[in-house]
Amino acid sequence: MREHHESRRPRRRSTGLLLATALVLAGCSGDQSALSPAGPYAQDPHDLIVIVTVIALVVFVFVQGLIIYSVVKFRTRKDDDGSLPVQVHGNTKLEIVWTMIPAVILAVIAVPTVQMIFSTMEEPEDEHLVVEVIGHRWWFEYYYPDFDVYTANEMVIPTDTPVRLEMIAGDPGHSQDSAVIHSFWIPALAGKQDLLPNHTTFLNMQADEPGTYLGQCAEYCGLSHVNMRARVHAMEAADFDQWVEEQSTPAEVPDGGPEAEGRELFHDLGDRQSCAACHQVWEGDGARSPSQGPDLTHLMSRDEFAGAIVDLDEETLRQWLADPNSIKPMQYEVNGIGMPDLDLTDDELDALVAYLLTLQ
Amino acid sequence: MSNTAEKTRYSGRPSSDKGLVSWLTTTDHKRIGVMYFITVLVFFTLGGIESGLIRWQLAQAEQTPLTEEIYNQVFTMHGITMVFLVVMPLSAAFFNYLIPLMIGARDVAFPRLNAFSYWVYLFGGIFLYSSFLLGGAPNASWVGYPPISTEAVSNMGFYAVGLNILGVSSLAAAVNFIVTILNMRAPGMTFMRMPVFIWMSLVTNFLVLFAMPIIAVALFMLLADISFGAQFFDPATGGDPMLYQHLFWLFGHPEVYIMILPAMGIVSEILPVGSRKPLFGYAAVVFAGAAIGFIGFGVWAHHMFTTALGPVARSAFGLTTMFIAVPTGIKIFNWVFTMWGGKLRFHTPMLFSIGFVSMFVIGGLSGVMHAIVPHNAQQHDTYFVVAHFHYVLFGGALFGLIAGVYFWFPKVTGRLMNEGLGKVHFWTWLLGFNLVFGPMHMSGLLGQPRRTAVLPAELGGTVELYNLISSIGVLVITGSALVFLYNLVTSVRKGQIAGQDPWDARTLEWLTESPTPHVNFYAIPTVTQRDEFWHRKYAEDDAGRAVAVPAGASEDHVPEDGSGSGDRDTDGSAGDAGHGDGADGEHIHMPDPSYWPLVQTLGFFPAGYGMVYANPWLFGLGLLWLVVGVFGWINEPVAEGDDDEPEDAPTPATAAVR
Repeated sequence: MREHHESRRPRRRSTGLLLATALVLAGCSGDQSALSPAGPYAQDPHDLIVIVTVIALVVFVFVQGLIIYSVVKFRTRKDDDGSLPVQVHGNTKLEIVWTMIPAVILAVIAVPTVQMIFSTMEEPEDEHLVVEVIGHRWWFEYYYPDFDVYTANEMVIPTDTPVRLEMIAGDPGHSQDSAVIHSFWIPALAGKQDLLPNHTTFLNMQADEPGTYLGQCAEYCGLSHVNMRARVHAMEAADFDQWVEEQSTPAEVPDGGPEAEGRELFHDLGDRQSCAACHQVWEGDGARSPSQGPDLTHLMSRDEFAGAIVDLDEETLRQWLADPNSIKPMQYEVNGIGMPDLDLTDDELDALVAYLLTLQ
Repeated sequence: MSNTAEKTRYSGRPSSDKGLVSWLTTTDHKRIGVMYFITVLVFFTLGGIESGLIRWQLAQAEQTPLTEEIYNQVFTMHGITMVFLVVMPLSAAFFNYLIPLMIGARDVAFPRLNAFSYWVYLFGGIFLYSSFLLGGAPNASWVGYPPISTEAVSNMGFYAVGLNILGVSSLAAAVNFIVTILNMRAPGMTFMRMPVFIWMSLVTNFLVLFAMPIIAVALFMLLADISFGAQFFDPATGGDPMLYQHLFWLFGHPEVYIMILPAMGIVSEILPVGSRKPLFGYAAVVFAGAAIGFIGFGVWAHHMFTTALGPVARSAFGLTTMFIAVPTGIKIFNWVFTMWGGKLRFHTPMLFSIGFVSMFVIGGLSGVMHAIVPHNAQQHDTYFVVAHFHYVLFGGALFGLIAGVYFWFPKVTGRLMNEGLGKVHFWTWLLGFNLVFGPMHMSGLLGQPRRTAVLPAELGGTVELYNLISSIGVLVITGSALVFLYNLVTSVRKGQIAGQDPWDARTLEWLTESPTPHVNFYAIPTVTQRDEFWHRKYAEDDAGRAVAVPAGASEDHVPEDGSGSGDRDTDGSAGDAGHGDGADGEHIHMPDPSYWPLVQTLGFFPAGYGMVYANPWLFGLGLLWLVVGVFGWINEPVAEGDDDEPEDAPTPATAAVR
């Protein structure tokens, strides 16, 4: 099933054990790695865990060393006389020592831990961007309340600015009943935070450098949990402002040809459910609103779609419309979740794809 | 077993002691223990196959040999199987076989209830697995969080009902073992003379007693949501999915200790034997175990650090989670110092015990790392967590339990398992285990979430490599497990004859013959020391050095080679006053077999399917069946003719409590 849509990212294949060792050592890299933090909300916990890991490694070496030393030193030797060793029953001083020392170590670690729990969770004091994250099965929707902009899968944020995510599962306006728990996680920018159907949860993150940071849903959410990816595109403030402006403009209405035909079909598929029933293409009238499916007003401004598991181009778009389950398994037939197979004819496919490609 | 053959046959009560019927009707704790063990092997195979499928799926990026749907069912059933059908009942196998023997009793307090627990376990497992044939197995993971688990497509009805059936088994067993330990110890066996395994069994079963009702409530609410639309957890009508998570983990974290404490008890028995020294800091190990039991109820929300939990709650549960590392550390240091200064013998049980300590340290340290709440948000629900809990439950619990299998195999069969194969098993097991789960620490930190049906290529080549290593490790473990199974099967008939005391052991179960006679002890021993059996063999000289005492020195001595049944002590100084011990066991009162535990338990099938399919007739039938079973049980005649003695006559066990 997956052969149809090979990922755009090159596969790095390992060739041997030597390389393996090198990779183990170079393991601290990767686009979706908690070990390569790219912002303060990922950096602080990372620095703390590095300290704790060092302490843990010291304890590890010490205890394993004791075990190995005991095993070697106190093994029964070949020339053993068969007598029994001294029958030691215990030692109160030692018991106190190995109760107190770990307790003290843990108490010391506890102080920065508790401090950081509060510092990472509270609302940023600086001016910050608010983005609402809505978890659907199986894609993330983002709403920028300051700019009245909706988008999906790929969040765009300015660099060097704290971002406060206000998150909820499902869409209160449309599909509360089918909301399940998700978890939003961009390891390089912040730890994960669950999205719940009935509580708003919050997460702070910030990117220091422009770039694309990968993530995915981290709370099991059913059939296509693995196909629920997230991306954050961080860009310089000026680029971000431009992006906002583009996203704030209404979609253009094609004035003829297959594109216009596609637009008609988008709103009316006869006795089949229309695209517009779930997807909004905002053309300037009325308000923008949250959707059951991703907002498509500026669809082609995104790199990926279908939960950000495939590159967005004409070919994949066509495959998606023709047979969505071949790209991402969904449960529309049994559960009403996901994109339905609309039984589109070739002509309809041509027209719809042509129209969608105009949504720059 | 000669004594049961002489029983008068009594109508309404089975009496055969050979053949299939004798096993189906047995109330003998030893046979029930063996049945638990064999059933566990079957479910372990199934859970192992599931883990193999998982690793096959993730061996390479972007491949789906199993569809997402099937994969989700497989990982869900793997978790349920290993927790509820393998580790817990494997511990129960040890409880069954060993508790009466180690405390010097002839059976558990409620032998028929014991058989009941086993059949409920078996049928609960069959019930859960029948879901594969009835529209699909549960697929919403072993934690079964609503709202996703309340949807019909999740098949979680089988989960809610199946786990509750298994809970009935565990609760009945817990009551049984607690009463047995508290009331049936041999005269002189005070609390602080109890073997550590008995202590840990006691703590574990109290944990079961208090934790199981919590998940029972959660599962009934879940079932009501699934089958009847009760909306306990449905946010659309004001229900709260968080409520389930709190209930689940309030059970779920003690459950972790339910799985690990028995193994800790086993290791605490084997390390002293292998080191030829008493356990270092007996009291500290015991109290640390009890402390873990208590604190274990106060850390549950550390499974929920990324949910809607405020900073105060996150801090509090972070602190308790760090705190529980202290008693755990106490245990580890005491085990290490048990070896310190000893004369270590590296037989297979000892190797697995040392392996347990070593691997458990790793799981413990990664556990402390989870308590660093700000970074927990990175680790949570990734393969780092998968690595952590496998180091605790596989590297910990399973290593300890396997050590116990090797150690007490001669007690059960009278024969030793093959040592050479045992060592092959240990080293390949250790290697395979670390190959599978070691790399998961890294793949988790590098961004691989758990419960994902595909390994995304975008995670990069390093993560792919780690996954491939994990998958190769499964092949090593599989080979290792086959060696173990072969060793088990062949050693039953062809193993070296063990004799009565093959390990130079310390505790009461080795005081009697191997395989254990039906009556366990021809004469109930009187306990004067901790490690009673050891002290019957050795005394300490002034330098604290142990010296052997002449054979037959102790009061109720039984010959150590186990062969001289002729001069078995008959004086019965610690005689069972209520029932009159005899050398030939003729007058020893042993529990009679019964059809009723099996017959009654079958009622769980109609009751269970009735609940899953919300079918009142089927459920009613099951309920009626269970009630009729209770009456059959109550009205069952007593088979033995010589049971005229008043039941309230003082027995040594009750005397011990006083």
